[in-house]
Amino acid sequence: MLLGFPLLSLAIWLPILFGVLVLTTGGDRNAPLARWLALAGALLGFLVTLPLYAKFDISVVEMQFVEMRPWIERFNAHYHLGVDGISLLFILLNSFMTPLVVIASWRVIESRVAQYMAAFLIMSGLLNGVFSSLDAVLFYLFFEAMLIPMFLIIGIWGGPDRVYAAVKFFLYTLLGSLLMLVAFIYLYDVSGGSFEILDYHDLRLSLTEQILIFIAFLLSFAVKVPMWPVHTWLPDAHVEAPTGGSVILAAILLKIGGYGFMRFSLPITPDASHYLAGFMIALSLIAVVYIGLVALVQADMKKLIAYSSVSHMGFVTLGIFIFNAYGAEGALVQMVSHGFISGALFLCVGVLYDRMHTRMIADYGGVVNKMPVFASLFMLFAMANSGLPATSGFVGEFMVIMGSLKVNFWYAALAATTLVFGAAYTLWMYKRVIFGAVANSHVEALSDITLREALVLGLLALAVLGMGVYPKPFTDVMHASVNNLLTHVAQSKL
Amino acid sequence: MTFSMSDLVPAYPELFLLLMVSLILVFDLFVSDEKRFLTYLLTQLTLFGCAVITVSVSDPAVRYSFSRMFVSDLMADSLKVMVYLSVAVMLVYSRTYLMLRGIFRGEFFALTLFAMLGMMVMISANHFLTLYLGLELLSLSLYAMVAMQRDSAIATEAAMKYFVLGALASGMLLYGMSMLYGATGTLEITKVAQAIHSGVGHRTVLVLGLVFIVAGLGFKLGVVPFHMWVPDVYHGAPTAITLFIGSAPELATFAFAMRLLVFGLQDLVVDWQGMLMILAVLSMAIGNITAIAQTNLKRMLAYSAISHMGFMLLGILSGSMNGYSSAMFYMLVYVLMSLGSFGMILLLSREGFEAENLDDFKGLNRRNPWYAFLMLLLMFSMAGIPPTAGFFAKLAVFEAALEAGYVWLVVAAVLFALIGAYYYLRIVKLMYFDEPEDHAPILPQPDARVLISANGLAMLVLGVLPHPLMALCVNSIARSL
Repeated sequence: MLLGFPLLSLAIWLPILFGVLVLTTGGDRNAPLARWLALAGALLGFLVTLPLYAKFDISVVEMQFVEMRPWIERFNAHYHLGVDGISLLFILLNSFMTPLVVIASWRVIESRVAQYMAAFLIMSGLLNGVFSSLDAVLFYLFFEAMLIPMFLIIGIWGGPDRVYAAVKFFLYTLLGSLLMLVAFIYLYDVSGGSFEILDYHDLRLSLTEQILIFIAFLLSFAVKVPMWPVHTWLPDAHVEAPTGGSVILAAILLKIGGYGFMRFSLPITPDASHYLAGFMIALSLIAVVYIGLVALVQADMKKLIAYSSVSHMGFVTLGIFIFNAYGAEGALVQMVSHGFISGALFLCVGVLYDRMHTRMIADYGGVVNKMPVFASLFMLFAMANSGLPATSGFVGEFMVIMGSLKVNFWYAALAATTLVFGAAYTLWMYKRVIFGAVANSHVEALSDITLREALVLGLLALAVLGMGVYPKPFTDVMHASVNNLLTHVAQSKL
Repeated sequence: MTFSMSDLVPAYPELFLLLMVSLILVFDLFVSDEKRFLTYLLTQLTLFGCAVITVSVSDPAVRYSFSRMFVSDLMADSLKVMVYLSVAVMLVYSRTYLMLRGIFRGEFFALTLFAMLGMMVMISANHFLTLYLGLELLSLSLYAMVAMQRDSAIATEAAMKYFVLGALASGMLLYGMSMLYGATGTLEITKVAQAIHSGVGHRTVLVLGLVFIVAGLGFKLGVVPFHMWVPDVYHGAPTAITLFIGSAPELATFAFAMRLLVFGLQDLVVDWQGMLMILAVLSMAIGNITAIAQTNLKRMLAYSAISHMGFMLLGILSGSMNGYSSAMFYMLVYVLMSLGSFGMILLLSREGFEAENLDDFKGLNRRNPWYAFLMLLLMFSMAGIPPTAGFFAKLAVFEAALEAGYVWLVVAAVLFALIGAYYYLRIVKLMYFDEPEDHAPILPQPDARVLISANGLAMLVLGVLPHPLMALCVNSIARSL
């Protein structure tokens, strides 16, 4: 630990503090100040998370950078933070994406700039809180609080149907999380008055209890992932959200579901997880195959990427519920990689949308003639989304397929269809939008990406390529924790 | 039994208040309309004086006075201080509103203080008669206050309904009390408890008495199926009075429920648990579902109040120390939320215009981002979304109910909370996602502006650091029982 410095607290509260500061700049007269302040906050927020990676001890399975203070005596709840190999990458990913979103929204958002920037900074801090809380009440607090800024982002700066999408998003997620709250309170009573998540890991529970708790967690996390059939809020939310909102939603918010399975469902209810694994795998494979086909027929680019997200997240849940190291690590890699790729794809659509004000594939064609630089970057992300080797998209999918091959040939075979469907829907969309002759006068008037846009997409391209070519720095940190998780899950609690 | 002045120490706040309210009544006769502000100031000073006296004579031990008809314990002291606070806040919020509507008059202050005296007597009652006396003093003052705007037909109607149903409820209570008296031979609450504990009294008679007590209590709390008066009175009364009805008296009603059910009838716990469970589920269901259909904010908040009482009952019906302190915490938080949200209606209202329709909140974020933010905090707190105080209030009662083994009750409560979230979200949607229709500047007086800010931010502060207030509730209950 860095001289006992509360790094995790900084990672949470620094962005929130800057968010509040940005809010105080007031109306749109001070928009430039709000933007610069937000950028400073986001960058500082990213900088304070770097030592977390640098000082992280990859051989240790226990929580690191632990902070613990008494918080609420009545519930015996503590302000307890810590990270392990499972949560560390999400904190880094989140802190990395926030400055990019701030930069990407620099000129796009012209009204209520301060509120917009503040919402993202506050959400960034809350998300770091979600990934580092080791106390159930604290976790729940961050988990729910994060809905508020996202609700406002979709509802204020979103598209024409934004109100419907925002309310649907909020109520859907609230439904799941409230039952998780009941599960937490139940665990609190069973464990004799503890809200420590790590205490729950060793708590003995009967199979019935485990199954009920598993279902309560499942409702909460399945909505977040989102798994088929509770994914229907996602296309609406994505289509209506402003670009920045879509990016954070796809890159970070969805990851809470996968993280939740690994932190809560598996270790707290291992027997129920095994008992219901077939069910979970079935849902995952339906997501991979069926939603992949649904993505194929989308006419709206954002919707297509949203469905592609659901399909890719099917890989994550598949990897988690086959209970081997390839699967679990593959799921983690896939989540991080999907964070980069889907974030980048939404930014690409945002670039086009800002110029043409339409997301319909049919309105485009021949963009490469006018925007060659953009076209090549977009190409990279499209390839990564289809799982081309040497991009990060390949690594995770390959690991999960390897893992499922060990369990059942047909799981692997079905999962592998995504390499076909994924390539089909992504590249077909790419072909229709980018290639061909210039489709209409609006496309004719397009200008290539600005330096600001190039910077954002370029950084993401580096991340995608880097992780694809040399994933070791990412996988190294997770080995110890993943192995620990798997041995824990293998032990029955009955 | 010889009388000495020191026996009266526990009742000093009440005696001081009675003295002051008589003084104010006379003083106001000599004050012209332009100088009515002096009466207001004197009222605020009285509240402050009461708080000082209550805190200084407070004692961790339980003390009795007036031949054990009156009790002073930590629960009573904490609740009383909260009552002073909420009455003071109510007076600040409603000053301009009352002035503009011509009811900023001496009667208003006298009635407010008499009502408060009634609440204090209720809170400190250790005798059925004291309890009833306090309740009637409170209720009669409230009936008159609802009807204060004499030329408003809707207010008069509300007052009439309130009075008729309130009288019915009082009758039920008295009938229940008389049955308990018949069964146990005493009216003193602690003695009733002892008598029941030692097996005196026929159980059927006791339970029959209990049914009437719970019905009367249900009326006063405004829980389903005894809730009919709540929406009409909340809607019909001038908003300042609605604010008053929806805040401090709830604390007194909580004490009322505690004194009767827990202090007096603890041995019948299994019987009243079942009754309260029905009331709680019905209130959460009907309150939350009906609130969705409302277009008038005051009516919506009335149904929301009904549902909140249902949630609070979850704490009491757990029948444990944890449960009682959770219910108390819920009540305290609810009173703060209620003050804030009705306060917001008052601040947005102006001469000849009541901001009581949902649409009046459209685009508030454009008109004034700060008030919109405060209202957002209040609404999310009502919905029980962290990081606001309402979340911990709900968490506490859920935990208590689950500890008592009511798993399905809690699951049902959670689902009703989800339904409830919808109509609170709608207010946020109106404020943030819609364009304003009304562009009049919002210019409340400075003290109200500061206070509403503190009120709204308190939701956030208590939502992050609820420990001090929770500890106070835990302590109050533990020391008083």
